[in-house]
Amino acid sequence: MNEPVHRTLGLTDDELEKIIEILGREPNHLELAMYSVMWSEHCSYKSSRVHLKRLPVEGEHVLVGPGENAGVIDVGDDIAIAIRIESHNHPSYIEPYQGAATGVGGIIRDIFTMGARPIAIMDPLRFGPIDDARSRWVAEGVVSGISGYGNSVGVPNIGGETVFDETYIGNPLVNVLCLGILPKDRLVLGQASGVGNLAVLLGSTTGRDGIGGVSVLASAGFGDEDEDTEKRPSVQVGDPFEEKRLIECCLELLDARLVVGIQDLGGAGLSCAASETASRGGVGMDFDVSAVPQREMGMEPFEIMTSESQERMLAIVSPDNLENVLAISKKWEIRSSVVGKVTEGGQLRILDGIDGPVLGEVPASSLHEDAPLYNRPMAPPDDLNARKEDKPEKYLLETNDFSGDLLNLIYSHEWITSQYDSQLFLNTVAGPGSNAAVLRLKHPVTGEDTGRGLAVTTDGNHRWCAVDPRRGSALTVAESMLNLACVGAEPRALVNCLNFGNPENPTVMWQLSEAIDGMSEACREFDLPVVGGNVSLYNESQGTNIDPTPIVGVIGVIDTLDAPPPGHKWSEGDRLIVIGPEPEGLSGSAWAFGKGYRKGILRELDYDLHKKICQVTRELVQKKLVTAVHDVSSGGVGVATAEMAIASGVGCSLARISSHEALFSESSSRVVLAVNPDELTNVEEILNAAEVPKARIGLAHGDRFTIKGLLDLELQSIQNKWENHLPIAFEGGTTQG
Amino acid sequence: MSPTIGVIVFPGSNCEQDALEAVTSLGAKSKLIWHDSFDLGSADAVIIPGGFAHGDYLRPGAIARFSPAMESVFAFARSGRPVLGICNGFQVLTEAGLLPGALQKNSGLKFLCKPVNLTVRTTNSVLTSQTVKGDGLRIPVNHFEGNYTCTEETLEELQDEDRILLTYEDNPNGSMGDIAGICNAERNVVGLMPHPERACHPLLGSTDGQPLLKSFIESSEL
Repeated sequence: MNEPVHRTLGLTDDELEKIIEILGREPNHLELAMYSVMWSEHCSYKSSRVHLKRLPVEGEHVLVGPGENAGVIDVGDDIAIAIRIESHNHPSYIEPYQGAATGVGGIIRDIFTMGARPIAIMDPLRFGPIDDARSRWVAEGVVSGISGYGNSVGVPNIGGETVFDETYIGNPLVNVLCLGILPKDRLVLGQASGVGNLAVLLGSTTGRDGIGGVSVLASAGFGDEDEDTEKRPSVQVGDPFEEKRLIECCLELLDARLVVGIQDLGGAGLSCAASETASRGGVGMDFDVSAVPQREMGMEPFEIMTSESQERMLAIVSPDNLENVLAISKKWEIRSSVVGKVTEGGQLRILDGIDGPVLGEVPASSLHEDAPLYNRPMAPPDDLNARKEDKPEKYLLETNDFSGDLLNLIYSHEWITSQYDSQLFLNTVAGPGSNAAVLRLKHPVTGEDTGRGLAVTTDGNHRWCAVDPRRGSALTVAESMLNLACVGAEPRALVNCLNFGNPENPTVMWQLSEAIDGMSEACREFDLPVVGGNVSLYNESQGTNIDPTPIVGVIGVIDTLDAPPPGHKWSEGDRLIVIGPEPEGLSGSAWAFGKGYRKGILRELDYDLHKKICQVTRELVQKKLVTAVHDVSSGGVGVATAEMAIASGVGCSLARISSHEALFSESSSRVVLAVNPDELTNVEEILNAAEVPKARIGLAHGDRFTIKGLLDLELQSIQNKWENHLPIAFEGGTTQG
Repeated sequence: MSPTIGVIVFPGSNCEQDALEAVTSLGAKSKLIWHDSFDLGSADAVIIPGGFAHGDYLRPGAIARFSPAMESVFAFARSGRPVLGICNGFQVLTEAGLLPGALQKNSGLKFLCKPVNLTVRTTNSVLTSQTVKGDGLRIPVNHFEGNYTCTEETLEELQDEDRILLTYEDNPNGSMGDIAGICNAERNVVGLMPHPERACHPLLGSTDGQPLLKSFIESSEL
């Protein structure tokens, strides 16, 4: 147990050498603690940065790209939108409620740090199998945490997705995306400037919660159970009421233009906020630990500097404005304390009393800019070729229960989404369960309705990425494009959350690199800039890595929002059409994974065709020529049409779907359209002009869900399965053990 | 002159802008009133909006009722002027004793956000005067503590005095008597768990909240 201190903090011997080189001496314990959190994988992206550089980041509408607290894009009418996605995977496995709750709190702070009012949250979630009691415990806690924090803090949760799969049994994924809105001219950046300006700490007291959260927890995998339980004190505890007042207080300070720069305290706490603001502004800072309001007695300086206590912000204020800043804080019952001042040079000095002894001194920029950069070894899996040959289609003879297979794939997420306030602010035109979420776009200051809309989607597909991380990631981006087209939106920007296993494993690094290449390729083809992202590594448990799970969030703009988008509801008598290429293969499909066939090969995306499909779908939606629309993704045409029948309460008779491939293939660029007979000629003419493949597959009518030659089910039986699946599963109880 | 609707804001309220937007779209003037003010200004009627006043800590509405503004709302209500509590506002009004009963955790022990179908039980109140008895309204609920409860005597009184304004068609939260909204004996103080302000725009899926808020605005003109 005589491990050197730097190793217990998660630093390697080489990293210690580098610190000694920077400082020209041995670091003391406080300095070492600060480097350990700032150089953690979570904060420094040391394993991924070398690859992330390949993503395209520039675009016509980009105001702020990656590297700031959030990406910001111009959406017209002098309005800007801030967008960010984050992960809170590790804390949520150890302590699901608080892990998920503080994930929501953290991302909201990232957004209002930019001067934006947070207006929407979306949660992509991944849990172990629903029939596993511990996975249900995690899922129930996570959903309650998101609900408890998000509803109270007052930011609507407008969508997201939830997947249950065995790959997440020891390592769930809890990602969260947040959107904020701001007048374009109020954009603020997290930087300090003006020597003599003051650093004011706003919000909660600083306690011992979350110390080493980014290094001990987020940058290591899970092992044996006792050790994992010991990590619980590294999880922070959230207070949504404090955060709500903090939002209002900070937005009022920004409105009154009383702060020079502002930075939230998230991972790595004060070490991160103080060094980042100073380093971005090219200045230094004297930081007085004794001025930090503490939650408990006897806290060590290193604890104060690395604590991840929630609901705190660091504002840089000119001395002239201090009085006004303190008055506004008081109105909102927000604690505020001067904890430091901006200095010349680039040194971050930690002091005990502003004129007291120096406890530590490091170049502010060295904490992030000099963080180590690793180009870790990569290698494709040894059995890559054999995996490609092992296609699910090989096993088709063993199974022909089409009805049973379909019913296994459909369930409503309402048990989850109805626990979230999805409607606050009166913007939500299409909420959870839609092709993409749609919000009215109102001016953030005047409240005036622009008559336009925002559309947002989150997508991720571990199954595709397990089969082929490069193509799978490209297809994920493609799915987002199509989701936005289904609500009539033009895409503007993408954010990503890259959830992968242990980067010290060459196969995982290969997956990450391949995924980034696939995503880069797709983003370039679609002219979609990446404005922000997050990388979550070490998603492993007992030595098993999760399937690669890149999640993307894409935001788009709807130019005329005068009616809700068509959605999934068709009407009696509608003609049903599928547009897009013939389906090919079942590899990576929900059907195949449900049967345990987790290998095979994905078809390469035909970008030109995909763009045409998106364009024509958008045109039909904008011209209001389709009653209903559903892109074909998880579960194939079978699940898409079943969901449409369930949504409308009207059955259908389908034909020309005669195999597993036709029913369950998830090959891309396909959309199901429901068209009123009066519009049929019109729609088909537009489809012909667009030169996209199309096939009439049937008719919406009656109370049965029938596919000629394959299955014939009462609509009611599908509806029952849809509605009851999650409630019944959760009635089975949960266990923490 | 269109009436002015004052919307009380506590730390932790979050539906105040929504209430403002909805009543303004129906032709009223509106203004926000910070909770620590005794002055309701020129308000002709008062809305206590939804949200989580004081974080709902201790109990929803339990701390908010002690705010200075609530003292003025109390006097305002006693003088016969219209007061409407929506969701958290309903909880505040029961805690303040302006409406009988209490709102406890939903029977499903989960937060619930979804549109529900309501039935108008009486048109004799500041909230329902422009509706039709027996009509159905589709309006969202959004709460964890919306399960209305009271003593048997109070329930009888509410029934006998025709003070149950709205009931749920398919009770989502276990409320006694399917109660979604009630009024006081003088019929000028009303509270309901569903959010009428969320059902006032065609893009939001329903405009059934309009007749309720129109009733309320009109009553403040009298």
